[in-house]
Amino acid sequence: MQKIIDKLNTIFEISDIIEDSSNFSFLTCKKEQAISMITHLRDIEGFSHFVILSVVDWIEDEKFQLTYILNNPDKKIDIAIRVFIDRNNPIMDSAHHLWQHVATYQRELKEMFGIEFPNSPRLNESFILEGWDNIPPMRRDFDTNKYSEETFFPREGRTTNDPSEYMKNKLYPDEK
Amino acid sequence: MNQTIIKLLYTLLGLFIVLNWGMLMGATMRKIVARLAGRYGIPIYQPWISLINLYTKRTSITHGMMFYLGPVFRLGGGVGMFLFIPMIFGSEHFSNFSWSGDLVLILYFQFFGMLGMALGAGEGGHPYSIIGISRGLAQFTTVEIPMTLAVISIAIQYNTLSITEIVAAQQGSIFNWTLFTNPLATAAAMLSLLGIFRHAPFNLVKAPNEIPIGPPTEYHSSFLGVLRTNNAILHVVEAVLFMNLFFGGATNWIELIVKSFFIYFWSVFVGVVSPRFRIEQSVTWFLKIPLVIGILAIIIFI
Amino acid sequence: MSENDNKKKNTEDRFLAEENKQRIVISPEGEEITINPLEDYFCDERPEIVAPKNKVVEKFLNWARAESLWVLGFGTGCGSIEIPPLLTPRFDAFRFGVQMRPTPRQSSVIIISGYLAVKTLKRVIRSYEQMQSPKYVIALGSCTINGGMYYDSYNTINRLDYYIPVDTYVTGCMPRPEALLAGFNHLKERIKAGKAEGANEYAEKFDWYKANQKKIIKDWNMPDYNW
Repeated sequence: MQKIIDKLNTIFEISDIIEDSSNFSFLTCKKEQAISMITHLRDIEGFSHFVILSVVDWIEDEKFQLTYILNNPDKKIDIAIRVFIDRNNPIMDSAHHLWQHVATYQRELKEMFGIEFPNSPRLNESFILEGWDNIPPMRRDFDTNKYSEETFFPREGRTTNDPSEYMKNKLYPDEK
Repeated sequence: MNQTIIKLLYTLLGLFIVLNWGMLMGATMRKIVARLAGRYGIPIYQPWISLINLYTKRTSITHGMMFYLGPVFRLGGGVGMFLFIPMIFGSEHFSNFSWSGDLVLILYFQFFGMLGMALGAGEGGHPYSIIGISRGLAQFTTVEIPMTLAVISIAIQYNTLSITEIVAAQQGSIFNWTLFTNPLATAAAMLSLLGIFRHAPFNLVKAPNEIPIGPPTEYHSSFLGVLRTNNAILHVVEAVLFMNLFFGGATNWIELIVKSFFIYFWSVFVGVVSPRFRIEQSVTWFLKIPLVIGILAIIIFI
Repeated sequence: MSENDNKKKNTEDRFLAEENKQRIVISPEGEEITINPLEDYFCDERPEIVAPKNKVVEKFLNWARAESLWVLGFGTGCGSIEIPPLLTPRFDAFRFGVQMRPTPRQSSVIIISGYLAVKTLKRVIRSYEQMQSPKYVIALGSCTINGGMYYDSYNTINRLDYYIPVDTYVTGCMPRPEALLAGFNHLKERIKAGKAEGANEYAEKFDWYKANQKKIIKDWNMPDYNW
């Protein structure tokens, strides 16, 4: 694993190397070099299985963090590549020419977060939501509770039991 | 004139008895299959309640004249078969309208019902109905082949085409039955019976887990009621036809009930332990062994 | 006023499917005609109220309808995993007269098992309107009552009876098969008492139901009443 990371360090600019366990590491990469690094990992290093493409919404730093996880089935090691893109103008290069199913992950991210992947096949078709005309719902500035109360008709008389409050009242009834 | 009206009334009485016995027999068979599976099964009176339920639905959708005529054709085929088969041998009342050449007419009515149903279901506009019809007709075409060969064989054997005379030739003792005098024809016809009653392994056309139910997909409320009524009549009438041709006929209603029960039971017996054939498998199955047995049955008598 | 019209036209155009737009086609005779599928192909009939017959006959018919319930085999949510155990030997539902049918034309009961996403609600409405009257609805689980576990989701509905009329609610998450059988018994008693007239209620308050449905289903590419 260390040899692969050293070799990557000589070719690309990577930072923030975290070793989660002996066969799983995280790297952070620049946006322009990400697709070529993934191609290098797939063709030369043997990471031929694409596991997942996921997104974390850092709304305070105004960034989206994309995470590509790849797996090497021969050596049985995983590697995760993190890419930071701008939140206000989220465009990322598409990776659908490397694996065909990446197009589905990119379709989901376009619908749920609004990230554009130019030239990805069938990107603008609705994936799960039909007839959606609001902001992409998985972003953290979308208040889903408020939207649900306004659109769907909630039934009055609903009570919730918060477990921590219930236990606090039960165990420490004197404290407020 | 008076005699014809009395005969007509007796025929209607016979039809009523056959209808009720058909529903009771169907419920009993379903209960037997359920007990085999370890369940209690439906109550015995369930077919009557289902029929009341279907006939008294408040709305129904029609797709045109042919859609309405499809179940009518099918019921016409079933009742037409009933009208020309003598039920009780030797009884003047319950011999219906059988005459000298009725065996060929029976075979015609068998196919006529299925064709009419196909035309009606195609009008329904549902694409799955059309797939179901093409499957059903393909299967029925080859199911009829061993049956027709067996009928020709016993027509040559008994030298007549009238069912009443065939039944008369089988009276006497149990060893006069066609089962013992012409076993090849009986074997071919009993194998074809499995396809006619449409239990497993030949129930792909109408199974609810397949492309939804095949031809009766779009049929509902009273249309489906007519189809189910016809189903009940047709089962008993087919069993009675086989009983007259191969198993000695019946001289009273008790014998008819017992014999038709066991003939229907043969197909249920095979069906409970069998999986389902695909259409191409079932079509080619009938063109292998049953066809050979039928041809042998004819060659013996030529 | 024209700005509002333009805005409404814009949002309507966004979700209108390709095959429903107004366009020019060449007819089989060879001439060019303009078709407007929303007017030409879709029927705008409304459901009608079919009143029950007189008291004695209706009582007998209701008894017959309660003894033979044909359920549509459409598993809408996670509660549909409780329906196959009903057909196994342990909880045998056939002895109660309950059978599963594959098409909505032939069934009289639809079981809404669990949450309904907006996508599924469109299909459920289509199936429900194709059923023949009298028809009944059983709602399983707490998601149909007040939204249940998914009350704050952007894609699931909260109250089922604002969209289709409901006869019986069975609480639980998910209700066990015994609870579902108790629900069937409750539905049977309701039918025999003559109170289960969901189809007529749907026809009476058709505009209200349709407004609720159209509020959340924005790509309504089908006729108003899918009979």
